[in-house]
Amino acid sequence: MSRWLGLIALVAVALIGAVVLGPAHIALRDLASSDIVRSLRVPRALLALLVGGSLGVAGASLQALVRNPLADPFLLGLSGGAGLGAVLAIALHVAGPWALPLAAFAGALGAMALVYRLGLVGGAELDPRVLLLAGVAVGAFTGAITTAIVSLAEAADLRNAFLWLWGGLSGASWDTVLVMVVYIPVPLIVLYATARPLDLLALGEEPATHLGADVEPLKRRVYVAASMLTAAAVAVSGVIGFVGLIVPHITRLVWGHRHRSLLPAAFLGGGALLLFADTAARVTVAPRELPVGIVTALVGVPLFAVLLRRWTGGGARG
Amino acid sequence: MSDAAPLLSVVRVTYRYGGAATDALHDVSLVVRAGEFHAVLGPNGSGKTTLVRVALGLLAPGVGSAELAGRPVTAWRRRELARVVGVVTQREDNLFPQKVRETVLLGRYPHLSLWGAERPADRAAVTRALERCDAVGLADRWIWTLSGGEYQRVRLARALAQEPRLLVLDEPTASLDVRHEMEMFELVRALVDRHGLAVVMITHHVNLAARFADRVLLLADGRTAAQGAPAAVLSRETVERVFAWPVAIAPFDGRPQMIPLRQPKESA
Repeated sequence: MSRWLGLIALVAVALIGAVVLGPAHIALRDLASSDIVRSLRVPRALLALLVGGSLGVAGASLQALVRNPLADPFLLGLSGGAGLGAVLAIALHVAGPWALPLAAFAGALGAMALVYRLGLVGGAELDPRVLLLAGVAVGAFTGAITTAIVSLAEAADLRNAFLWLWGGLSGASWDTVLVMVVYIPVPLIVLYATARPLDLLALGEEPATHLGADVEPLKRRVYVAASMLTAAAVAVSGVIGFVGLIVPHITRLVWGHRHRSLLPAAFLGGGALLLFADTAARVTVAPRELPVGIVTALVGVPLFAVLLRRWTGGGARG
Repeated sequence: MSDAAPLLSVVRVTYRYGGAATDALHDVSLVVRAGEFHAVLGPNGSGKTTLVRVALGLLAPGVGSAELAGRPVTAWRRRELARVVGVVTQREDNLFPQKVRETVLLGRYPHLSLWGAERPADRAAVTRALERCDAVGLADRWIWTLSGGEYQRVRLARALAQEPRLLVLDEPTASLDVRHEMEMFELVRALVDRHGLAVVMITHHVNLAARFADRVLLLADGRTAAQGAPAAVLSRETVERVFAWPVAIAPFDGRPQMIPLRQPKESA
């Protein structure tokens, strides 16, 4: 119980930090009446919580699905598809506040469908290993097209596209928060409902079947729901790496491997991590701002290296 | 006992894998009732695992039928099936580190509702399963610290936590030493005798099968080479033909025991 309280306290601290800290100094007693706080910092903090949480849950469930504890939600080609969609929208100067997120969302869903189709072995069974390979292949292919478009783009477009690819929450508004609040409960509930069979899947597909799991529908449901979460996250905030990889790992160390507690913990943990990272991205080089994906990578990669050593050298078997 | 309704009834099944030139299983039957211990023997590739996969509804037979408690096994939902049949597969991976009690608790999955937590009855079933497998002392150990024999007992306990009527064991004693091998066979025999479980065990241990099982099915090239009580099945001629090796058969404790012979020297 105390670990849940600790996690909730961490989220609270991260939220308060995100609202109080920023390039503009706002006195504590003016916080409630400040426009910057109300229309910029609060929605941005909430969006960071929702996006980070979605990436944490998507990462935890995809790791169980592909039976690889080092899987990241973006490993399955979604980031490539989303990047292509976004860069196309930027290069073609598609106007409107929702053009970029919608293009990225469409690109992510396109990549998801393609990877899914390639992952269906013999048209029937979803093979997680093939899924991983297909994800890498689709990611590489869309990445090549994206780079080709960027290399032909004008300088200003190029900078925009490049920044978008590294992820950022500067586009946050109450509208994007609202869209996420409406959208993400469905895939989250679907994934939570698969928590117990996901525990079984960790033993292998055949043992899971004998323990009563419907493995094929389970794999499809998890893949689609986790991809829907990732696609939404990437649409509103670009490609933010390592949250979906690091957070499930750390939560596993504290909460163990039962997905009924792991998934909620990964949501809160992912939200807290992205809140801290986004606050750092806004504050460290103020008045300018770093893409938050750079912060998560700078923190995430060394952490990942440590976890990798634990995994390969320690007591846990791979 | 033998006039009770069969629990598992595989009748004259033929199965061929897609693209294969010959049947993996040809006209094989296996009828199992409560309180019976069946051993399935045969050389590698003789169809033992295919037979079990048909019996568990993982493969739909081309010819013949496989029924569980009177219903075609492919018509069962996996969760329902898991309440009646517990399986210990040849191998499994533990992707994530786990404690023994946690992994045995996974056996309760077919009994749990979608959203509900484990009830006291589930915890009691786990403890009972651990007791029956003499694994209570292992409950708080990490899986990866177990020896091969302990791990197999824990996996058997997980299958028992499902509270099944039929246990299917695929080479449960592979790579175990004599003591752990014997403990496993004694344990399975006790489950059959004390709790009326039905057991189908795939094994390469001809002699242990002969001593512990009620009935033996000997497969060769996907066909039934012999079927029945151990004494009737394990004759010298049959065993030599199926395993393609000279043997002697000697009785011990009223059961036939096989002694493989040395190959005659080719040049003296």
